[in-house]
Amino acid sequence: MPQMTEERVRAGLTQEEDLSLLNEVSMKTAGVSHLEMCIQCGSCGGSCPSAADMDHTPRMLFAMLRAGMRELVLQSNTPWICVSCYHCVVRCPQEVHITDVMYTLKGMAIREKKFRDAVAPEFSETFVDMVEKYGRSFEFGLATRHYLKHAPLRLVGMSTMGLGMLAKGRMSMTPRKIKGMTQLKSILKKAKEMELTS
Amino acid sequence: MSAETKKPKVGVYVCHCGTNISHTVDVEQVRDWAEKTLGAEGVVISRDYKFMCSSLGQELIEKDIKEMGLDRVVVAACSPHLHEMTFRGASKRAGLNPYLTELASIREQVSWVHTDKEVATEKAKAVVAGAVERVVQNEPLEDIRVPIHPDTLVVGGGIAGIQAALEIANAGFKVYLVEREPSIGGHMAQFDKTFPTLDCAACILTPRMFEAGMHPNIELLTWSEVTNVAGYVGNFTVTIKKKPRYVIEELCTGCGICVEKCPKKVVDDVYEAGLGYRKVVYTPFAQAVPKYPVIDAPNCTYFQKGTCKACEKFCPTNAIDFNQKEEFINVEVGNIILATGYDLFDARRVSNYGYGRLANVFTSIEFERMCNAAGPTSGNIVLRDGKTQPKSVGIIHCVGSRDKNYNNYCSSICCMQSLKFAHLVKERTGATVYDFYIDMRTPMKAYDEFYQRVMDEGTLFVRGKVAQVTNAARNEHEEGKLIIQVEDTLAGKQRRIPVDMVVLSTGMEPRHDAKETSHLFGIGCSSDGWFTEKHPKLDPISTMTEGIMIAGTATGPKDIPASVAQGAAAAARVLDKILQKEVVLEPIKASVNQEQCSGCRICNGLCPYNAILFHEDRMVSEINPALCQGCGTCVAACPAGAINGTGFSNAQILAQIDGLLMDVNLAGA
Amino acid sequence: MSEYIFYPGCSMESSAKAYYDSLMVIAKPLGITLKEIDDWNCCGATEYVGMNLIPAYSLIARNLALAAKMKNGTDTVVAPCSACYLNLAKADYYMSERPSLGEKVNQALEAGGLHYEAGSLDIRHLLDVIINDIGLDVLKEKVVKPLKGLRVAPYLGCMVPRPDYYHRWSDAEHPIELVEVLKAIGAEVIDYPLATSCCGGHMTQIGPETAYELIRRLISSADRYQADIMVTVCPMCQMNLDAYQGETNRYFGTNYQMPIVFFTQLIGLALGFSPKELGFGTEITSTKRALARIGVEIPEPVEEGGPRRKKDEGLPMPPRLIKNAKGKSLHHHVEEAES
Repeated sequence: MPQMTEERVRAGLTQEEDLSLLNEVSMKTAGVSHLEMCIQCGSCGGSCPSAADMDHTPRMLFAMLRAGMRELVLQSNTPWICVSCYHCVVRCPQEVHITDVMYTLKGMAIREKKFRDAVAPEFSETFVDMVEKYGRSFEFGLATRHYLKHAPLRLVGMSTMGLGMLAKGRMSMTPRKIKGMTQLKSILKKAKEMELTS
Repeated sequence: MSAETKKPKVGVYVCHCGTNISHTVDVEQVRDWAEKTLGAEGVVISRDYKFMCSSLGQELIEKDIKEMGLDRVVVAACSPHLHEMTFRGASKRAGLNPYLTELASIREQVSWVHTDKEVATEKAKAVVAGAVERVVQNEPLEDIRVPIHPDTLVVGGGIAGIQAALEIANAGFKVYLVEREPSIGGHMAQFDKTFPTLDCAACILTPRMFEAGMHPNIELLTWSEVTNVAGYVGNFTVTIKKKPRYVIEELCTGCGICVEKCPKKVVDDVYEAGLGYRKVVYTPFAQAVPKYPVIDAPNCTYFQKGTCKACEKFCPTNAIDFNQKEEFINVEVGNIILATGYDLFDARRVSNYGYGRLANVFTSIEFERMCNAAGPTSGNIVLRDGKTQPKSVGIIHCVGSRDKNYNNYCSSICCMQSLKFAHLVKERTGATVYDFYIDMRTPMKAYDEFYQRVMDEGTLFVRGKVAQVTNAARNEHEEGKLIIQVEDTLAGKQRRIPVDMVVLSTGMEPRHDAKETSHLFGIGCSSDGWFTEKHPKLDPISTMTEGIMIAGTATGPKDIPASVAQGAAAAARVLDKILQKEVVLEPIKASVNQEQCSGCRICNGLCPYNAILFHEDRMVSEINPALCQGCGTCVAACPAGAINGTGFSNAQILAQIDGLLMDVNLAGA
Repeated sequence: MSEYIFYPGCSMESSAKAYYDSLMVIAKPLGITLKEIDDWNCCGATEYVGMNLIPAYSLIARNLALAAKMKNGTDTVVAPCSACYLNLAKADYYMSERPSLGEKVNQALEAGGLHYEAGSLDIRHLLDVIINDIGLDVLKEKVVKPLKGLRVAPYLGCMVPRPDYYHRWSDAEHPIELVEVLKAIGAEVIDYPLATSCCGGHMTQIGPETAYELIRRLISSADRYQADIMVTVCPMCQMNLDAYQGETNRYFGTNYQMPIVFFTQLIGLALGFSPKELGFGTEITSTKRALARIGVEIPEPVEEGGPRRKKDEGLPMPPRLIKNAKGKSLHHHVEEAES
C-alpha cells in the first residue's frame, strides 16, 4: 500500500489502494459497468453534447478513478453536467456503462457531500422528496421550491412560461397522489436499509 | 486382450517442467503415490525429473524399458499436442511400440489452471491414475502410410495465393490456382501505393500475376469456385465450378473491342469498390490476368431483354458465346492451400461516421481507388462531385476495429494505411491533414520511421477515437463542411474540426462466406470467422486437417509482407510433403462395426472431416480411415455403440474414467 | 385489436397532456387497446437513479410488479414517454444482468407484498408498437388527410434509440422508424442530422446555459433545413424545445419560432381528427403558421438524399444501409446507371 505522503495528497492520489476506488464505483453501479475495460480512447468525451461545461471529460474521470483520485472525482461537476443522452454509451468501444457510472458518482458525491455546487444535487433531492411524498412527480411544486431556493430572480423570468403552462392546462397546482403510498413507503424503506448495508 | 493374458509393467514419469508444474503440483508426492498405490494397476516404477522432455529425461525412460522390461509408459507432463511425439519416440527407440505410451496432461489441465497446490496435487494423481488405467488397455498399433499426389490446389488468387502457387510451380510441381473473380490480383491490385516504401502496388504485383498466368506448371482457373472437396491428405478430389464467361478463351485475343462497344455501364462494386463504373462485358483492370473479359449476365441487356449483342457483333474473332453454361471439373491433388483473403468492414454500420449518408466520407478502399492513376478519378484526390480538391482532410483510424460493437480485434494494417493516406493527401493536394488515432501501432521494419516522416510532413495528429462526423454546423465557420467531433485526449478537450473530406480507415473482416469455406474444406474457424491455425505461433500455416494449409489474411488481419511470407511458407510445407512422396498417418481412427450399425446416419453430419460415407444400398455407414482424424465425435454420438475408435476404444475410455474417478486418498490404502 | 399494458408516466397528466389526449384519440382507429397499470408510480426520471441504487430500482420495479399482475393475454408494457420507457426497460434489463441487484430489489418489493421476475415483461415504446405491431400499411390505410406539404423535422431524442438494451431500433444514431411513420402520413420529412441529439434533459432546471445551447443547436438546425415543425416522441423533449424556446431566444438574441408537437398529434390530423381534440393549441410556441401549410401544394418535392446528381457526373455514392429491426444489415445491392 503506498504511503499517504503529502506529495501524494497534492497529486490528488487520496485513495490508498488505487483500484479500490474504481471497484467501489463499479459495485455501486447498476448493471455491469465494464469500467476497468476503459482504453482511454475518448469516444465519450468526444460524443458528449455538454462537454464544454464539464471540469473533466468522462474519459478523464475514469483515468482519475483508476488513479484513486477520490476527492477530485467526487468534486468534479462532470456527472452533474451529464444530460443522460447515452451517445457515449452506444459509441464506447468497450461497452462501459458511462451514464450509469455518472449516476453512481452523483450518489457518492451527495452521500459524502463532496459536490461543489448545490443546485443540481438539491434539485434531485427535491424531486425525490416529491416522489416519495406523492408517488408521482409534481412539476409545479418542484419548480417553485427549486427556483425559490436557488434562482429567485429566474423565477420571475420563468413566470411568463410557467403562467403559460398553467393557462394551457399543462401544469397542475395540486399534486396527484397514488393510492398505495403505504406500500411504496415500505418498499423504499426496505430498499434504503439495504442500500446502507451493501 | 493382451492386458488380460499377462500382467502389464507400467512405468510412470512425472515431469516438473521447470517450475511450470512443480509450482502448483507436489511432483514428488505424485511420484511416490503412483508407485505405492498403483501397483495393482501394474505400475512397477515411478520417477520424477526436472525436464522429462530433455535428452536425459528421455534416456531415463528408455533405460527403464530396456532394463526393467516395461511394456507400458505413462508420462505425466504437458499436453500431448506438444510432446506426445517426443515420448512415443523414446519408447520406440527402446524397442516399445510407441502407441503403448500415454501422456497425462498435468500442466495444461492441472498446474496452469489451479492455484491451490493441495487440490492440484490430488487432481494430478487422478489424471495419472486415468492414464495408467488407460495405457493398460492400449494395444500396439502400426502407422498408416499413404502416397501423396504431387499436384496442389491453391484457392484464392491474391498476393498470398500467387506467391504460394509460384513457389510450388517453380519447384517443378503442378498447381491449380482457383480465383472467384475474373482476374487474379486480389485486394493488392486495387491499391495505389504500398507502405512504408511507397512503391506502386501494380508495379510490384503485376509481374507476379503475369508470371503466374504464363507459368507452364500453373493452371489458372479464374471466375471459378470450389464446390466440393473429397478425400484426404495426399489424395483429395476437388470439384471446381467454372462460371460461364460467355467468352471463348481459345478465340479471344483480349483486344477489348467488346468492352468498348458494350452500351451499358454499372457501378463496379468489386474492383472499383463502388466508386467507379465498368461495362457489363469487362476485364476488371488493364493488367488483368487472364486478359479475357467476362460478361456480367445479370446486368447484360441481351440476357435481360434478348436484344443488343453489340459485343458479339463487333468481336473480330467470334469469341463471344452467349450459350456457355457453367461447368464442373474434378481435379486430383495431394495438398490444398487456402488463401481466400478478407472482406472490408462495411463502414455504413458505424452510422455516426456518416458513410453512405454524407457524400464526402470515403472508405479506405475508395480512397485507394481514388489515388490510383487507373482509378475512377485518374489518381486525383477529389470530393464526391468528381472535381473539387479538398483543402482539408480528416483520416480516422480503427473504423470497425477495436470496438466491441463491431470487431473486437485490431485490424493491424490501418495505422500504416492511414499514415500512407496522410502522405498521399499531402503530396498530391497540399491539403491540411488531420489523423485521428487511438494508439499508433507501427511495429514492423521501417514502419515507425514512416510515422515520423509523416509527422515531419506536417500531418496534424489528434489522439482520440472520433465520436462523430456530422454535417450539422453550429456556426458559419462549420457551414458546408464535415465536422469531426472528437476528444483530443492529450489536450483533454472536445474539439470540432471542420474538414472537406473524411477518409475512414476501415478494418478487415473474415470473408462473408468464411464459415462455409471452412466447412467445405473441413478446417477450423474462429467465432469471428478467421481460419484457425494448427498452432498460432509454431505452425501458423497449417490446420488441424492434414494436407490443408492456410495463408494470408484468411487467418487474420495482416499486411502484404506477412501475407507473402505465409504464402511462401505454406508452399514450403507442401513441397516438403510432395518430396516425401508418402505421408505417415496416426493410426488413431474410428471404425464402424457394420453388423451393429443401424443406419441412423447421426454420425454422418457430425464428422468435422467429412470422413463418413453412407452406403445407401446396405444402409450402413463406413469411415474412411485416411480421412478420419480420430476426434471421436462419432464414437460418442453413435446410439448403437457401433463405432469404435482405435486408440480410443470403449475399454480404454472407460478404464481412463475409472482412473480419474479413483478416490486418490483411499486408493491402495 | 392489440391489447397492451399501459404506463403513461407523470408528464402525460400534466405538461404532455396533448400527447395523452392525441394518443387516446388515435388508439381506437389504429386498433390499440391500452390497459393502464393500476396505481402506477413515478419512474424517478433521471433524478432518482442519481441519488441511490436500490431505492431507485425498487421504485421503478414497483411498476413492473404491478404490470406483471395484469398479464392477461399480453405481456407487453407500452410507455409513450422516452425516460419512462428507458427506466422500465433498464430496470428489467439490469435486474437480469446483475442478479444481486435483482434479488435486492425483490427483497424491497416484498416489503410491499410485491415481486417481479426480471425478463417476464416486454417493455416497449409507443413508436415501436405503432410501427412494428400496427404497421405502416394499416397506418397508411387509415390516413384520410395526408399531411402533404408539411415539412417536418423528425426529432426522436436520446432515450428511445439509446442505449437500446433489447436491440429493437434500426440504429442508435440515425434510426428510420419515426421517419417512416411521418412519411406514411404524407409529411415531407427532412434529413434532420440532429434527430437523436439531446434536448438538454433536466439541465433546463439545473444548468440552463448548458440546456439553452443544446436547444439552440436543435432548433437552428431544423430551421436551416426549413422545417415547418418539429415532431417528437418524448414529453421532456417537447417541453424543453417548446416551453424554453423563448428563454433560449432571449439568451442568444435569436428569434426562432419553431413549433414542436407529438407524433401522435400529427397522426391524428392525418386520420382526420380535429386539432382541438388532439391537443393542438396547448403548445407555447405556436403551430398556427405550420398547420396552415397542410394541404398547400409544394411544386417540387425534394427526393430522399437530396437532389439527384446528373448522370455520369461525379462519383457514385454507396447505397444507404437499411438495417432491419434486429440490427442486421441487408444485402448491398448493385446500383445502376445507364451511360
